[in-house]
Amino acid sequence: MNAPEQTPAAKAAYDARWQRIMDCVALKQADRMPVIMYATYWLAKYGGVSYKELMYDYEKTKEIAERAVLEFEPDACISLPGAIALGNVFEATGYKQLQWPGHGVGDNQPYQYLDREYMKAEEYPELLADPTGFYLNKYLPRIFSAFEGFENFPVFPGTFYFRAITGLRPLANKDFRKALQKVLDAADEVDRYMTHAGQWNKRINALGFPLINGSASGAPYDVLADYFRGATGMMKDLYRHKEQLLEVIDMMRRNLVKMTIANARGSGNPIVFIPIHWAPDAFMSPKQFETFWWPSFRQMMLDLIDADLIPMPLWESDCTKRLDIIKDVPKGKCIYWFERTDIVKAYEVLGDTVALRGNLSPSMMTTGTPAEVDAAVKRLVDEVWNKGGSLLLDTAFGIPDETPIENVRAMFDSARKYAG
Amino acid sequence: MSEMNEQEKQLVDWLADMDEDSALALAKRMLLEEGVSPLRVLELCRNAMDIVGKRFEEGEYFLPELVLAGEMLETIGAIAKPLIKQTPGEEPKKLGKVLIGTVHGDLHDIGKNIVSFMLDINGFEVKDIGIDVPVKSFIEEINVWQPDVVGLSGFLTLAFDSMKETIEAFEKEGMRSKFKVMIGGGQIDETVRAYTRADAFGVNAVEAVNLCKTWMGEAA
Repeated sequence: MNAPEQTPAAKAAYDARWQRIMDCVALKQADRMPVIMYATYWLAKYGGVSYKELMYDYEKTKEIAERAVLEFEPDACISLPGAIALGNVFEATGYKQLQWPGHGVGDNQPYQYLDREYMKAEEYPELLADPTGFYLNKYLPRIFSAFEGFENFPVFPGTFYFRAITGLRPLANKDFRKALQKVLDAADEVDRYMTHAGQWNKRINALGFPLINGSASGAPYDVLADYFRGATGMMKDLYRHKEQLLEVIDMMRRNLVKMTIANARGSGNPIVFIPIHWAPDAFMSPKQFETFWWPSFRQMMLDLIDADLIPMPLWESDCTKRLDIIKDVPKGKCIYWFERTDIVKAYEVLGDTVALRGNLSPSMMTTGTPAEVDAAVKRLVDEVWNKGGSLLLDTAFGIPDETPIENVRAMFDSARKYAG
Repeated sequence: MSEMNEQEKQLVDWLADMDEDSALALAKRMLLEEGVSPLRVLELCRNAMDIVGKRFEEGEYFLPELVLAGEMLETIGAIAKPLIKQTPGEEPKKLGKVLIGTVHGDLHDIGKNIVSFMLDINGFEVKDIGIDVPVKSFIEEINVWQPDVVGLSGFLTLAFDSMKETIEAFEKEGMRSKFKVMIGGGQIDETVRAYTRADAFGVNAVEAVNLCKTWMGEAA
């Protein structure tokens, strides 16, 4: 499945699709409303395979994903195999933060994150003083079993002269050597996975379809809350470790920006997908939001914009009460994807500032009829697109796994019917 | 509750205002040094939690305050409960029994835990049967425990079908009319409520409490 030579017609189609997305970002009305395809386990329903097969069988997943793109002809899609064919890398790394089909959940259940305290609040000073050392000695062994054995990986700062020599001794440890071999094997699997995903991406591009984003990232507060402290740990830190928390969040931001710029540039696609978890109205007070959450994320977006990238946060759940605050970004530089916030309301507040993406509801997509999908698309076209809005039509957070295929057809067909 | 003295008022205020260090130090002193009745301290805690619940309902408090309040309550409870020697006075009458769990296939529990906590501090007897709960476990628990309300929680879209199946099983067992069913979780809306044939859905813990209060004939 190598990338075919791009025909002139495919190149023209690719350029037109990409231009549509860029017009939306620049807040210019495109020639038609772009429709985006984001799917994970829905491909199992579409391709008639199990969730587990999608996760482990690179070739089959690539084939099904390509078939879906060619059938629905989205204006852009995600790297579909990249988002789902992760079983082998999870196995190879011994990834502990998820349970996935065949590994903790059934063969036809989606992977699920295990919300735990992966770092204690007492460890903030250690993380701040030496993030690299903290990752090597503590964090990586906690989240990957392959790294168990790295707990005594030498800490080099402070060593010098003969101490720099004797400091190497932990590397002779048998347990460390075993762990190192597992990590090297895992890296080989990661290389295979990324090669498969990369080949698919190139092939899809050659066939005329851009990827909506080339990289992904997280908001500083969210990364710390979800992947380090755990939900309840982080909420308590808002009271118990206020000052330190701001310092750690700022450090997170600097490292996230560095990582994100490198990955985005490597991908050759300027759009950065950033799922947002802790911004919803119900999760913290406006004051907490404006103190702990928003400043670091706003700065992160500005840093990415300065690097000629296009932040595309997905504001999960309902963020209606945050709209006035998150409007404070340069005009025409971002795509805001909303999950449960009413896009029509979002358009009223943010329409002159950012492009919008979304947001056919999961309950309608899974339990509704094609006629209901058609009516929902029409509403967004009437209330946003036809009023000059820059809207990328999509579901609320990807096509829900259980969505009947005819409802997905209705989403694409209705978009073409009402908005070009 | 009976009239509070200055010290007691101070404890309630510190708890309600999230001044954790001061509240815990005072509670410990009252319990371990001054011999204040552990039942009285727990009563003061309930009083403070009423205030926390009200502030949450009024939009002054959010999830972090509920989590911290829950933890303060747990810490004080762990000290107070072993000290209870006297025959407990009359326990405040519970408003009703709520059985709650995350439906099968779904492992999420943060929202469910917060709903359980809010129901508990609002006077309900709550039995939380965990995550990924099979249909038959719900049915067994209902038969044994006879709840007034059953709460089904779920975050993923797969929960729509799990909830529907669970409620259909209640119907088949002929037990559906004996209790009310409420559903909640990230993606739940009126469409899902109609699909699953639940009695009601809620988008947050306050709505869950209000639903239960209404069903038990209390002013919500």
